[in-house]
Amino acid sequence: MIPTQPTSVDDVARGLRSVGYLPGEATALVSFLAAKLNKPVLVEGPAGVGKTELAKALGSYLDRRLVRLQCYEGLDEAKALYEWNYRKQLLRIQTEADTAGWQEVQDDIFGEEFLLPRPLMTAIASEDPVVLLIDEIDKTDQEFEAMLLELLSDFQISIPELGRIEARTQPVVLLTSNNTRELTEALKRRCLYLWLDYPALEHELEIVRLHVPELDQTIARKLVEIIHDVRELDLKKPPSIAESIDWARALMLLGASDIDQAVFTQTMSVIVKHRSDLDTVAARVGVKLDAAAA
Amino acid sequence: MSHRLPSAGTSETGIPARAPGGFGGQLLAFAEDLRAERVAVGTAEILDAFDALEHVDWTDRDDFKEALAATLAKSQQDRHVFELVFDRFFFRAAEAEAARRQLDDRHGAGADGEIDLETLRRQIAAALRDGSDAALRDLARLAIAAFGQAEGSGVLGVDVQRIRRALGLRTEPQPELPQDDPRRAGIPRDRLVKFEQHLRRELERALIARTSSLPPKRPLNELDRALPTGPIQDLAAVHRVVAQLKRLLATQGHERKGHNRHAHVDFRRTMRASLETGGVPVKLKYRPVRPRRPEIFVLCDVSTSVTSASTFFLSVLHALHDAFRKLRSFVFIERISEVTDVFERERDFRAASEAVSRDAGVADVSGYTDYGRVWTEFLGLVEDELHPRATVIVLGDARTNGRPPREDAFAAITARAGRTFWLNPEPRLYWNYGDSVIAAYEQHCTAFECWRTDQLEAFVKILSR
Repeated sequence: MIPTQPTSVDDVARGLRSVGYLPGEATALVSFLAAKLNKPVLVEGPAGVGKTELAKALGSYLDRRLVRLQCYEGLDEAKALYEWNYRKQLLRIQTEADTAGWQEVQDDIFGEEFLLPRPLMTAIASEDPVVLLIDEIDKTDQEFEAMLLELLSDFQISIPELGRIEARTQPVVLLTSNNTRELTEALKRRCLYLWLDYPALEHELEIVRLHVPELDQTIARKLVEIIHDVRELDLKKPPSIAESIDWARALMLLGASDIDQAVFTQTMSVIVKHRSDLDTVAARVGVKLDAAAA
Repeated sequence: MSHRLPSAGTSETGIPARAPGGFGGQLLAFAEDLRAERVAVGTAEILDAFDALEHVDWTDRDDFKEALAATLAKSQQDRHVFELVFDRFFFRAAEAEAARRQLDDRHGAGADGEIDLETLRRQIAAALRDGSDAALRDLARLAIAAFGQAEGSGVLGVDVQRIRRALGLRTEPQPELPQDDPRRAGIPRDRLVKFEQHLRRELERALIARTSSLPPKRPLNELDRALPTGPIQDLAAVHRVVAQLKRLLATQGHERKGHNRHAHVDFRRTMRASLETGGVPVKLKYRPVRPRRPEIFVLCDVSTSVTSASTFFLSVLHALHDAFRKLRSFVFIERISEVTDVFERERDFRAASEAVSRDAGVADVSGYTDYGRVWTEFLGLVEDELHPRATVIVLGDARTNGRPPREDAFAAITARAGRTFWLNPEPRLYWNYGDSVIAAYEQHCTAFECWRTDQLEAFVKILSR
């Protein structure tokens, strides 16, 4: 299969739409630039605005496999880059202990056969171009970031025993961050920057319609308006796009014909997930809705 | 190009010569502008920007802007500054070019005589309410034509407000207006701000065309960087600072971890581990580096002169409370009162400051700060709890209103506590003038000026060290 090569920004926008992701203007443009310039993209934004989804959508639009590396505190090279399969190496040594000379075995056990590739290595060494998603990079420590620099600027990995492994194909790299800590300048300099925010009302309405087409139009609009009102409040965790979709599904399953106070109080927990937030939302948004239209 | 200007002596205030190097030169000048506003733009970024522009359509303003933003501005804060600088730079560049070619479109809208003022008022209000942004710009020009040009004061901000008043645009409802008037219910604040921006821009445009000289650049958003001190407290500002500080505290831990890793060998554990290897200490054991979680006592002056700075500071500290082992806050004017509960309960900044002024009961008779009495009361309250690991932070302007400063009582506090910091919301320039006695207290503690958010940030950094 020949991977898709986008030719214009509109092309990317259409392509992402066709796989069920509605990009904003900036999103389409930056994705296009990423594919054209072969630069990684650093995507930042609040939780649940579709950062990870963007990578998946890009993968399916560009006909590329998605390789995902989920970051967490304490992630190290052995889990991100590669590891020597020492069990297999031991077996190899034992089976030929008597017959082969030292030099021969030594050359042999540090071959690619004994290498366990981890996500970054997989992405680099893949025959077909891939989309590499490095998710929540802000969860790792700075040492790991520094290790990524070689990969991100030159698309290569140095293995002391083997030498340099260079990318056979140019992967599209996306790094996502929830902005819980400042990333280093060095990392930022190598990336294009995309800030994803909560979408505007019409845009989100379109997203909800795309994912829950069965929901009544007027309810969908009201739902999105309420979600926007709720985001205006000062909450511990404002509702994400995924949660508006969940809420839309819930309303559909309940067969609600309107969002009134009763329905809202019952289903509010789909979009608000903190005890104190529940109170705030009930007090500020819930009361504005019509009382139960019995 | 400058020889084409009408008068020769305008090189100082007039239209600056175009940046050399055509488009590339302009882009470099733009990057220079960004740097001047503290956005870190490196050569690598500029090269990227040029690369990116090869692939997008320049004639589309949005694409052009997004391509530049993606390559030059690499954080949300930078992005915010980028927007402002982008507008300013290209607006000025376009206007300068227009002035060079002596283009003038002042004779466009509104020149054909009479404009019905009442209709215009309603049109503008309707456009504001319905949110058609393109129409706003045209209406702004009409408004300037109708109210502005003849009696322009020369100060843009004044003119903008004068026109707004003449149009009767207010955010609060105006029930005396007729039923069908779009202004009746009041105009949303953000829309009004938008309209004022249009007005300002159009006025500026007219001014440049009239005088054929560029006014000096207005430096950006010092306002953004100043602590909110006015009556319109911006909750978002508090949270912006808090978010930054939280991230900063988180990042800092990592830096220090790397830095201090080999600091202390735990001798006892090393020896114990060496038993495995026959008494040879093969593996060194290090003492774990634990982040310092200080116990904090905050004392805030809430007399009228510093009240908003104090409440702001308390909100910030309480939003960060998980970084501290213990946090107790007190407010004082003439007396002292503990308000820890208020801030733990109340996430809303405005509600918190209301609760403090209502319930704390710190004003006695005069409403003037009495530092001497406050120190003695504070000592009485927490004397037993102060120990060398405690940190005391005082926020106040150290203006005693002529009362005895009692630095001996303050010294007693600082002697018991491990560290004492003084935050003064006045610029250092005003210290020790009038009734400010900060010098008397500064002998016993470290004093900082703290009237901008970056100063507050710097302080929190010190605090968690």
